[in-house]
Amino acid sequence: MVNYFLYAFRNLRRRGMRSWLTLIGICIGIAAVIALITLGTALKMAVIGQFGISSTEVLTVQAGGMNNYGPPGSGVVKSLTTQDVDAISKLDTVDIAAGRKIEYVKAEFNRIQQISYAISMPTDNRVIEFMYQNLNVKSIEGRLMQSGDSGKVMLGNKFLDKDKNGFGKAIHAGDKILIQSKKFEVIGILDKKGSFIIDQVIIIDEKDLKEMMGYGDKTDIIAVKVKNKDLIDKAKEEIEKLMRQRRNVKVGEEDFDVSTPQAALATVNSILSGIQIFIIIIASIAIIVGAIGIINTMTTSVLERKKEIGIMKAIGARNSNIFFLFCIEAGMMGVFGGVAGIIVGLFFGYSGVFGINYFLGTGAKINIDLWLISLSLFGSFLIGSIAGIIPAMKAANQNPVEALRD
Amino acid sequence: MIKKGKAGKLALFRKRVKKFWEKPMSAAQKEDIKDENKRVIHLHEVFKTYHMGDTIVNAVNGLDLSVHQGEFVAIMGPSGSGKSTSMNLIGSLDTPTRGRILLDEHNIAHLSESDLAQIRGRKIGFIFQSFNLIPNLTAKENIILPMTFQDFTTEEKEKRADELLELVELSDRKDHYPNQLSGGQQQRVAIARSLANDPEVVLADEPTGNLDTKTGEKVITFLDKLHKQGKTIVMVTHDQHLAMEHAEKIYWLVDGKVQKVTKKKNGKWVELRGR
Repeated sequence: MVNYFLYAFRNLRRRGMRSWLTLIGICIGIAAVIALITLGTALKMAVIGQFGISSTEVLTVQAGGMNNYGPPGSGVVKSLTTQDVDAISKLDTVDIAAGRKIEYVKAEFNRIQQISYAISMPTDNRVIEFMYQNLNVKSIEGRLMQSGDSGKVMLGNKFLDKDKNGFGKAIHAGDKILIQSKKFEVIGILDKKGSFIIDQVIIIDEKDLKEMMGYGDKTDIIAVKVKNKDLIDKAKEEIEKLMRQRRNVKVGEEDFDVSTPQAALATVNSILSGIQIFIIIIASIAIIVGAIGIINTMTTSVLERKKEIGIMKAIGARNSNIFFLFCIEAGMMGVFGGVAGIIVGLFFGYSGVFGINYFLGTGAKINIDLWLISLSLFGSFLIGSIAGIIPAMKAANQNPVEALRD
Repeated sequence: MIKKGKAGKLALFRKRVKKFWEKPMSAAQKEDIKDENKRVIHLHEVFKTYHMGDTIVNAVNGLDLSVHQGEFVAIMGPSGSGKSTSMNLIGSLDTPTRGRILLDEHNIAHLSESDLAQIRGRKIGFIFQSFNLIPNLTAKENIILPMTFQDFTTEEKEKRADELLELVELSDRKDHYPNQLSGGQQQRVAIARSLANDPEVVLADEPTGNLDTKTGEKVITFLDKLHKQGKTIVMVTHDQHLAMEHAEKIYWLVDGKVQKVTKKKNGKWVELRGR
């Protein structure tokens, strides 16, 4: 068998440019699949990070469903309230319920004004701790805000970058910033999360925000921590039942949404899966074209090597020997195309993730899946070998006398 | 897909061929093995017809021919006399339209192509006029190639190839490709290749046809050497001098039939009738 591979390799090398051109189709197909899966996986992780879908014990409750433009709570007819938060926190399955208000505020620094969005920081320390766990943040300058930090704000990591924060000057812990024309001290800067939302946030004490914006007892989003992750479905049902009662709506007519992490992930997955399926179809077409290229090249090779086949038959090669020789040669063509495709695919995967991180400020990471690479190599050998079957059969069935004739 | 190994159609055939070739011999047959007149090849009333469109070509027209063990037989004749076709039939490269071809007294006339390939691999060694080495393989790899199609281990193949390279005095050229060898050297590699599976019969089709006289002499010397070692040689040639100098028996073909048979007896050529 080793001799077969040696012989096949020598023949491919002899054909040089023709072999390389034949490989292109398989290369493109495999490259597309590798790039797609590598990029897709990294993108999925980045998107999950964007939306803070990290904990399996946390539900979110919002008014008006998930499909409003703008931050949660924007454009709803009937807002959630702090009373809703209290009612939810009293449920048996619930450990903590924390309401958060999100408001667009006018921020001014370095004599430049711009609109940013602020999130309220609860006053209860236990709830604050839950919020930090949920967001999974820490400070890289200053400290995290605590209960009673009135007149202080905590900023997302992007405010450190003078080119990206819109103020033309980096903001550091200890600086003063105007929010709605009121002076606040920057108590801390958060570490880079790679999240579009968290890296640009202004976190402000609940009382301060309420006083400035005058929104009363409204709340935009309620984060709910269940007592045990196994209770999450039950908690969802209880919250929905409670909110239907409180908002006087029937089943199927809810004007609110209770979202589990799994549901959020499913949404992300379905969007990405749709894109992946589309690209896999394109990649499959490229692979089919590549396979046809192999059939063409191998058929030509059989015609050109007619005499060689005759010689091999004269020295004792059976039809099966000839068949396997040509199948292995076709398979090797597929493998070389696959290797080239893996290299190109990883290059594009890496480049794509780098680009996404650079332009969107995400923290997506590449994860090279060895199983995927092995499968791609095996798959490309298989595709090549299958493509080589018809030419190999033709070679095997050559009449030796005809083949040896000059 | 044809399965290899102990089970499967191919393995079954191998058993049949083995049995075919190794069927129990009678006492007389056992004596025959020692008898240098044992017949290894016999063509009886063999016809080979080709259909070229509307034209029917009778390449071989009732050929009767025998080769005994250890003989050096030449087949001669003008162009179109059926020499090459006879060689193809003897070497089981082709099957007759009619008639019997006995190899070791077993009729191979109607075996399948795969069966014939097995026989070629084990019993027959070919030497061609245009050498017909595989261009992508070195001299040593060309010699190993026939063994690849049989059940040899890697060590056995390597060892045998080295021995054969030594036999044809080309050990220092084992890693050279055919395009790096002269015509004579290529033909010597081809001779070594023909011996790879230790065949009973070596078939040489115009072995010196593409060589100059001096090189041709050297190549024929190797064939003589093999003959002296007990190999049966069948050579097709148009060179009467070559045939009469080296062969023991000559079949003279005309129009696909044996016109006469001459045999060397006591240094002189005498005509035989028929076989």
